[in-house]
Amino acid sequence: MAYADHRQEVGLGAEGARVSDYLTLLKPRVMSLVVFTALVGLLLAPGGVHPVIAITAILAIAVGAGAAGALNMVFDADIDAMMSRTAHRPIPRGRIEPAEALGFGLVLAVFSVTTMALLVNWTAAALLAFTIFFYVVVYTLWLKRRTPQNIVIGGAAGALPPMIGWAVVTGSVSIEAWVMFLIIFMWTPPHFWALALFKQSDYAAARVPMLPNIAGDAATGTQIVLYSVVLALVGLAPVGIGMAGLAYGVVAAVLGLWFVALAVRLRQVDDPRARRALARRLFGFSMVYLFAIFLALLADHLLPIVSAGGA
Amino acid sequence: MADTPQPDDSAKNRRRRSLAIALALGAFALLFYAVTIIKLGPAVLDRPL
Repeated sequence: MAYADHRQEVGLGAEGARVSDYLTLLKPRVMSLVVFTALVGLLLAPGGVHPVIAITAILAIAVGAGAAGALNMVFDADIDAMMSRTAHRPIPRGRIEPAEALGFGLVLAVFSVTTMALLVNWTAAALLAFTIFFYVVVYTLWLKRRTPQNIVIGGAAGALPPMIGWAVVTGSVSIEAWVMFLIIFMWTPPHFWALALFKQSDYAAARVPMLPNIAGDAATGTQIVLYSVVLALVGLAPVGIGMAGLAYGVVAAVLGLWFVALAVRLRQVDDPRARRALARRLFGFSMVYLFAIFLALLADHLLPIVSAGGA
Repeated sequence: MADTPQPDDSAKNRRRRSLAIALALGAFALLFYAVTIIKLGPAVLDRPL
């Protein structure tokens, strides 16, 4: 069914839009991961900021991420309507008009970047603006429908939040911020390729050139293994540069080995149904991995401070 | 569709959206006020008229 017909069939116009529909436009689940990694970047940075400034910065990052999500939903509405995972989103369901979502996203983007610039600092604001631009223009409008490397390059947008958090405190970017960026950057391809493996028919219907649809399952499996190995090594980098201690290193090593083991099993399996089940498992584990690795970084940083304070 | 909004819901939904915008703008103004005080210090209020 053509996208316009689909919208006409389900469409009710903006009059029916609820506040919750607008909140859905902000991609709250993606936003929560963005906020968490940005918060870790902010808390790990040397020095400190006033708590109200820190809360303001996190709010600006959350709203900026939401704006990027809303703009992504505007430009992806036609393919979202064709995919089971995204067909329920407010625009393909006809709950919000694309023009309204566009206005909503643009206003939030401008407000979040301006707030960051005026109340926090210009480096963090510039990074936030670049993140929104990269996600909406470079990833959504340019790469997503053109190349199977879409999420490899586009992953930079999702990797920037901890760097923004770091810049909130320091006003600059250093090696520690780049290491956190690299962890998320290397995590993104295996995470999304695992998703693409068990949602292959969705992406085929929407004609999005994800790697499994273009290169096949085996080649995708090989790429997932390669990226997992690099990710496991990058996960240890904080120890190498003295950013985290041995306790973090042990956690990162165990998580990294687990990730690689799941990826290798996925590569070896031949049965399509078993492969989809394993891909789903790897996708779920990848989310646990990212959350755990940033939590471990935070714990490694905060526990000595807490214990020194208690002594 | 069970959760399809009916015409009666339109006014209610519009009112709720307006309220959400009002609350967001109010919070935004408060945030700017709070950060201004923090950045300039409470002494900004202590000046001769």
